[in-house]
Amino acid sequence: MSEAAATSMAPSDGVTGLVDDWTADKQTYHVPWGKAMMWIFLVSDTFIFTCFLTGYLNVRMTTTQPWPPQSEIFALSFGGAPIPLILIAIMTFVLITSSGTMALAVNYGYRRDKFRTIMFICATAFFGATFVGMQVYEWSKLILEEGVRPWGNPFGAPQFGSVFFMVTGFHGLHVSAGVIYLLWVARRIWAGHYDKKGFEIVEIAGLYWHFVDLVWVFIFAFFYLL
Amino acid sequence: MASSSDTAGQQHPLGIYYQIWILLFVVSAASYAVDYFDVQGAMRWTLVIVFMLVKAGFIIAIFMHAFWERLALVLTILGPPGVLLILIAFMAVEGDYTTEARFDYMGHDRDAVALTPAEVHGAGGEHGEEEAH
Repeated sequence: MSEAAATSMAPSDGVTGLVDDWTADKQTYHVPWGKAMMWIFLVSDTFIFTCFLTGYLNVRMTTTQPWPPQSEIFALSFGGAPIPLILIAIMTFVLITSSGTMALAVNYGYRRDKFRTIMFICATAFFGATFVGMQVYEWSKLILEEGVRPWGNPFGAPQFGSVFFMVTGFHGLHVSAGVIYLLWVARRIWAGHYDKKGFEIVEIAGLYWHFVDLVWVFIFAFFYLL
Repeated sequence: MASSSDTAGQQHPLGIYYQIWILLFVVSAASYAVDYFDVQGAMRWTLVIVFMLVKAGFIIAIFMHAFWERLALVLTILGPPGVLLILIAFMAVEGDYTTEARFDYMGHDRDAVALTPAEVHGAGGEHGEEEAH
C-alpha cells in the first residue's frame, strides 16, 4: 500500500493523502523546504501574537477602570469635525492593498515575468513602508499630544497604553522587517539568483507578508473596534 | 489540484486574486462602518467578529494558498493554533472571576466611565474658567 503511494505520480487527496504523507518513508510535506520552514515559523509567530492578544483579553477583562474610547482617541480631523478611527481605517486599507500587490507578485513570479514580479514586490514594500510611516505618526500623536504612556493615560485604564505599545509595536516591527525582506528578495531576483532555482521565494516571502496582514485583521478587530 | 503544489508551485488564475482583493476591501469597509455608525452591544461584537473571521479565512485560504495545499500541511498550520482557543477560553473564565472579585470584595467602582479626548483636552480650560468666576 505505502509503496504504491510513494511511487505513484499523483498522490491521493484528503484523509488518504494525509495518511500517505505521514507514513511515507521520505518526506511529509510535498513543498519546497523553504516554504515548509516559513509555515513553521509563522505557526510559532501565531503563538506569540495570540499570547499578546490573550494577555490583552485578560487585562481588559480584569481592569476595573473603564477602557479608553478607542474610536475617539484614534480619530483625526481634516479641517472639520474629527472622523472616528479614520487613521486606522486608512492603515487597514493600505495593508490590504499591499497584500493584493503581493499576491500578484507571487503569481507573476510563477509566470517567470521578472519585471512585473519585481515591480509588484516593490509596490508591496512601498505600501508596507507607508503603513509604518502612518504608525509612526499615530504613535507620536498618542505620546506627545494625548499623553499616553505604557503605565498610564488621561482617559482610563492604564493597561491601554501597555497593550497598545506592545501589540502594535510588535506588529510594526514585523512590517518593517517584511519591507526589508521584500526589498532584499527583489534585489536578488533582479540579480538573477532564482532564474535556475525557480521563483518559490516570492511565494515564501508572500506567506510572511500575508501573515502580517492577517495579524492586523485581528488587531484591528480586537484592539481598535471592540 | 494537489499535484499542482508538488512541482509547479501555487499558480492560479489572476481573477481569483482580484475577487478576493475586492472582497477584503468591502469587508474592511463594512467593519469600519460598524464603528462609524456607532453600532453597539451584541450587534457590534457579532459583526466585527464575523467580518474578522471572513477576512482571516480568505487571506489564509486564497492569498496564502491553504485551500490548495495538501491536508498534511494544512493541519500542521491550523491544528496547533487551534489549541490556543483553549488558552483563550481559560483566560476569559479566569478574567471574569478576577474582575468580579475586584468589584465584589475590593470596592472597585462598577459604574466608572472613561474620559474622551475632548473632555481631557477641554478639562483644563473649563476648570480654569470656573475658578475665575
